[in-house]
Amino acid sequence: MKYVKEMVIIFGITLAGEVLNQLIPLPVPAGVYGLFLLLGLLCSGIVSLPDVEHVGGLLLDLMPLMFIPAAVGIIEQVEELQSVLIPVLFITVATTFIVMAVTGKVTELVLKREKGRKE
Amino acid sequence: MPLYFGIFISLAAYFIGMQLKKKLGWAVLNPLLISVILVIAFLKGSGISYGAYNEGASYLSYFLTPATVCLAIPLYRQLALLKKNAAAIFLGIASGVLGSVISVYLLALVFRLENVHYVSLLPKSITTAIGMGVSEEAGGIVTLTVVSIILTGIIGNIAADFWFKVIRVKDPIAKGLALGTAAHAIGTARALEMGEIEGAMSSLSIAVAGLMTVVIVPLMSGLI
Repeated sequence: MKYVKEMVIIFGITLAGEVLNQLIPLPVPAGVYGLFLLLGLLCSGIVSLPDVEHVGGLLLDLMPLMFIPAAVGIIEQVEELQSVLIPVLFITVATTFIVMAVTGKVTELVLKREKGRKE
Repeated sequence: MPLYFGIFISLAAYFIGMQLKKKLGWAVLNPLLISVILVIAFLKGSGISYGAYNEGASYLSYFLTPATVCLAIPLYRQLALLKKNAAAIFLGIASGVLGSVISVYLLALVFRLENVHYVSLLPKSITTAIGMGVSEEAGGIVTLTVVSIILTGIIGNIAADFWFKVIRVKDPIAKGLALGTAAHAIGTARALEMGEIEGAMSSLSIAVAGLMTVVIVPLMSGLI
């Protein structure tokens, strides 16, 4: 029975996110509205962790699987994108490493400074 | 084509990927990457079309929205940590978002990309659902954006451990933010495996980096 309650809460919030996505003219996906809704409900105590964490844990565990269909869709696009394939690949790979380094380093720098100030 | 074919073959391919990684332990053997290659090879080998596969497999994609909602759970568990380090978190994500669009701009100049390809790559580090909307608004090719986003996620997922060692990033907060900001939900899948703090920070980055990118892309899209 506890799973039914969790499903009702999670899919109810998902539905609310979808409605917000359709009402508000911004390119913000339904899932992100839902994320903030659930966070707000948890923070205000209206929803408690045991009300969502079993089904939530299952969905998070299965998340990588949910990208397979879209990723396999690459085979449909290969010919169309052949002319820009190499620059696109290069930019995609290089910027991924750049962003990880920038965010990682900046975060550590700020954390260290804050720590230094407190001591 | 039976409806459950697409779902079964995706699940089976992912399971094989997990087993391979467990047996051999190489980071390159990312279960997602392996499963995508296996499914593509199977479709090519058997002559089954992507459309026939996706008829069933698309049901898997529908769960992405409720799964994104549930990213609030690890985030909530780490809320105290988030409040305590708010400045570092905000600056870390903002610098990554800026670093992403600026490096895409500079490299697009180097490769003399046309505007349509350039704007398609601007949202490459954010989650597919937001990135598609951003690319469309900027006049990009949405499919190119999706391909780049997924590739970015897989690269981040596979290379994170190695890259953090090279650049000497050790803090779990910094690792989580870097993964989520650079490689969205696919990177977050790796962050969740690293630990609860990494996973929570990475989940937070998906939302924050996505929203920052929504604001910044219209300012950058006219530059080429």
